[in-house]
Amino acid sequence: MEKSEIVTGSLAAAPPDSINLRRELTETHAQDVLEELEHELVGLAPVKTRIKQIVALLAVDRVRRRLGLASETPTLHMSFTGNPGTGKTTVALKMAAILHKLGYVRKGHLVPVTRDDLVGQYIGHTAPKTKEILKRAMGGVLFIDEAYYLYRQENERDYGQEAIEILLQVMENQRDDLVVIVAGYASRMDQFFQSNPGFRSRIAHHIDFPDYTGAELMAIAESMLAAQNYRFSVAAKAAFEAYIAARRQQPHFANARSIRNALDRARLRHANRHFEQAGPVSRDDLMTIDAPDVLTSRVFDLDQANEGPNK
Amino acid sequence: MRITQGCFSFLPDLTDDQIRAQVQYCIDKGFAVNIEFTDDPHPRNTFWEMWDLPMFDIKDTGAVMLELAACRKAHAGRSYIRISGFDSSPGWESVRISFLVHRPSEEPGFRLNRQEGPGRTMRYTTEAYSAGRPEGERY
Repeated sequence: MEKSEIVTGSLAAAPPDSINLRRELTETHAQDVLEELEHELVGLAPVKTRIKQIVALLAVDRVRRRLGLASETPTLHMSFTGNPGTGKTTVALKMAAILHKLGYVRKGHLVPVTRDDLVGQYIGHTAPKTKEILKRAMGGVLFIDEAYYLYRQENERDYGQEAIEILLQVMENQRDDLVVIVAGYASRMDQFFQSNPGFRSRIAHHIDFPDYTGAELMAIAESMLAAQNYRFSVAAKAAFEAYIAARRQQPHFANARSIRNALDRARLRHANRHFEQAGPVSRDDLMTIDAPDVLTSRVFDLDQANEGPNK
Repeated sequence: MRITQGCFSFLPDLTDDQIRAQVQYCIDKGFAVNIEFTDDPHPRNTFWEMWDLPMFDIKDTGAVMLELAACRKAHAGRSYIRISGFDSSPGWESVRISFLVHRPSEEPGFRLNRQEGPGRTMRYTTEAYSAGRPEGERY
């Protein structure tokens, strides 16, 4: 957001001579949600940049509308691509809140769906199913996870295409009522857009969610623990850094979700350790995750390459 | 002859914005919004055909207008379409508001039938001119 003051000519009946754009944001409380975004989400620089740009555009649009300048509703449909656990659903939720605060969606609720919610099992099942979901999502944001599963090319009896067509129609005609956010892996979303150019042309913002760096994952881990009133001891912190470095090399790494699972397992071992030592524990003990809780992870075993499912 | 059934029926046709405002009122009050249509305009015809189920869990006017647009596409010019709001709170459990949102292109009106009974009693019935033709071919 570069400008904070602009000067208008004599356009409307009684316009203010100078407009404070920043005030737009604070008045609508969109600034609060933006700050929440900054604090709660670690990393994700391209995402935050793009969201700030969208917020700036929407704020300027609001002011233009008030001044009587023509302004068409911008297309707000978005595509979030990235690996699992990079925060796509979380950001979609924040997006819904921001759009609601700026007055671009009426209710600001998020309806997360996957293919199963949109596609039917037999002829005639898909259209009512998709329409119901769209009706529920009106006035808010429809978040379609793994959107590429909608279109199954190999199976000719697949009804995903019908769902896609209904979606495309609503995305174009009901732009004021509904914002659609699709999400998934980058390469497969590319394939999906290639086979559905109509979809790609309706999506204005393609945002990529990069994988977190080791330092960012550490920060995420600490904030997750802080939210649950735990903390790392100094040794545990070093051990967890080593854990992150080792785990990232292993397959099926799901970024923040893997970290959450790892912390849950560390809490498990922490509880077990205190249980078995059979002596009294202090409040501090109950709050501190120590090195043994992290180091006993199988990730450190050189024999075992996989860590099992992350779900 | 414009039939005057339901709320606002003496006013000129409601615009989409006005319909939206009414639907928003129903949603704000927690009524279930329902769309119905019929081609029999008799005032005692209370059971119109439902256009899909009542929208119990819809909290946004956009969805209702979408359904209304679909209903209009299917029945424009041939039927009356009305929107009603049903209040399910204890003590009410009934339709609280009901208004016409679409009329057929021409409304011929009603005929008054007089039937003479024994001892100079007269029985009166209202009959719609359009009801003389079969369903689907009335307008």
